[in-house]
Amino acid sequence: MRLLTHNMLSSNIKGVTNGFPLGIEVEKMEEKEVEMNTDFLRNMFAKVEWKALVEAAKTLGYTELPDNVEPSMLESDEFMRRFHHALLELHLEEGVLVCPETGRKFPVNKGIPNMLLHEDEV
Amino acid sequence: MRYLCVFYHRLLEYRKAEFESLAGLFDGRSGATRLEWRLPEDHHPDSPFHFVDLPSEEAARFVANRSILVKGMYEIWGEGRSFEELEDAIRSYPDERKMIYLSHGSTFKISVESFGKAISSHEQNERIQKLAFVPFQGRVNLRNPDHKFCLIDNDDYGDKNGLPPASQRRIFFGREVGASDRKILQTYQLKSRKYLGPTAMDAEIAFLMANQAQAKPGKLVYDPFVGTGSILVGAAHFGAMTMGADIDIRVVRDGRGPDCNVWSNFKQYGLPLPISLLRADNNLPPWRAGLKEMFDAIICDPPYGVRAGGRKSGGRKLLKGAVDPYTVPDDKRTGHIPSTAPYSLVECVHDLLDLAARMLVMGGRLVYFYPVLRDEDSPDPAFPEHPCFEAVATCEQILSFRYSRVLLTMVKVAPYTEEIESAAGLRHLEFKENHLKWLEDGNLHSAVFSPADVNGEKLSSKPKYRGKYV
Repeated sequence: MRLLTHNMLSSNIKGVTNGFPLGIEVEKMEEKEVEMNTDFLRNMFAKVEWKALVEAAKTLGYTELPDNVEPSMLESDEFMRRFHHALLELHLEEGVLVCPETGRKFPVNKGIPNMLLHEDEV
Repeated sequence: MRYLCVFYHRLLEYRKAEFESLAGLFDGRSGATRLEWRLPEDHHPDSPFHFVDLPSEEAARFVANRSILVKGMYEIWGEGRSFEELEDAIRSYPDERKMIYLSHGSTFKISVESFGKAISSHEQNERIQKLAFVPFQGRVNLRNPDHKFCLIDNDDYGDKNGLPPASQRRIFFGREVGASDRKILQTYQLKSRKYLGPTAMDAEIAFLMANQAQAKPGKLVYDPFVGTGSILVGAAHFGAMTMGADIDIRVVRDGRGPDCNVWSNFKQYGLPLPISLLRADNNLPPWRAGLKEMFDAIICDPPYGVRAGGRKSGGRKLLKGAVDPYTVPDDKRTGHIPSTAPYSLVECVHDLLDLAARMLVMGGRLVYFYPVLRDEDSPDPAFPEHPCFEAVATCEQILSFRYSRVLLTMVKVAPYTEEIESAAGLRHLEFKENHLKWLEDGNLHSAVFSPADVNGEKLSSKPKYRGKYV
């Protein structure tokens, strides 16, 4: 699971009002190089929750994202490279995503987050 | 500029829709594109021959080369009812349009085409000889010519092709501007796909869906019923980034082993892997509040209960109201497998439209299959509508005597407002409360598979028109 996915997901348990961002417990992570597409990154920049991305990247051991951002930074190659790396090249292979409100753990196995709810959560 | 477009004689309703979507993609237009089409004289509307107006040769080449159903696109130099008329027409076609393609040092090839008829190579040569009056200066190269020309002769049109005969012979001669690369269908054919499911989408249709969705590099395409990823493979071939979800974790996570799963279906063709695969329920999507306008297109084949039924969260008995929700003991929570219940088509489509309205960018496209019963008594099918969407194309593909599936292409034209969101929320509860009623109402399986009324007139009364089956 890449951090872009993490940035989109929340705990949607019935009654939970603030299920974002999900905490990350890492068992195994991987880095996989992918080709950079700047148009795509520009698009995503407007949509990601930056703070959640920075925190998630830190959990996976990547600390080079700036805490505060503004659109002008999209002109910087160095920034784009870091943004690209954090968003698309860090993978959580094994671990869990933790609901910030209830502590419910959503497992991540083989890179696939399992977001299905139990009977008493729908 | 007017071109002659020669289609493959298959998936008839898909042909113009694909063409217009690609013309829109070339212009950067996501809304419906309507082109000026004109049939050659005497031709049936399902004829493979159509004249079409396009702004430039560049556009014509782009559409033809990217398409799946355009056999060839031609700049017509002349047409006529006989070779004499054809010769006059070619002679009077402006020299400045012709000479650049006939010049010294270039290579060329002339092929002879017909429709519903094979012309022997001897006969083809005879017809090519009749073009000797065209001042070709270049050399012939059959393998890799600079310029391709085509002589299209339609005598006996309609003998074995399922269309009513055209009463008049028509001969065209033109220069090829572009043509579909159908070799990719061989490359991507399902029989050599590593990981297959029972409802894996045929490669040709997957490419058509990707074209309807205007997939291209830098765009993000989502499939909420991803299965083995067969639809996303088509979109990824055209350079789009992909993302998929499925409620069945065995399919999306495990596949049939480390080298036979959804990822391996992308690796097999050297395609970039999906950005994300996840297990989620389309009925209760896990997207964070405030997340919207993420995807450029949503392409899918929803489970409509004929070959595979959909599932959603919540047990069967729970939704019937027979039991209270099962509370999972704390020590069993990690390995717990939540129960699911059947998902009616109406609810599935409602959820899909709601998801698309929220998650598509403005101008984003929703492309999905919708089943239709081909019962004579039933009125013309009403397709799902949504205040955020405008229909772009409806393309029917007949699957059996009983039912067909229709590829619906819709474009998002209005933003997802709070009113629309709360209306969808109420509808969601209504579906949950009347779970059983919706399941019974929308049961396609029995309509498709129940025994036929053989003695009645139903079987024989339906006119058999071969056109749509091809």
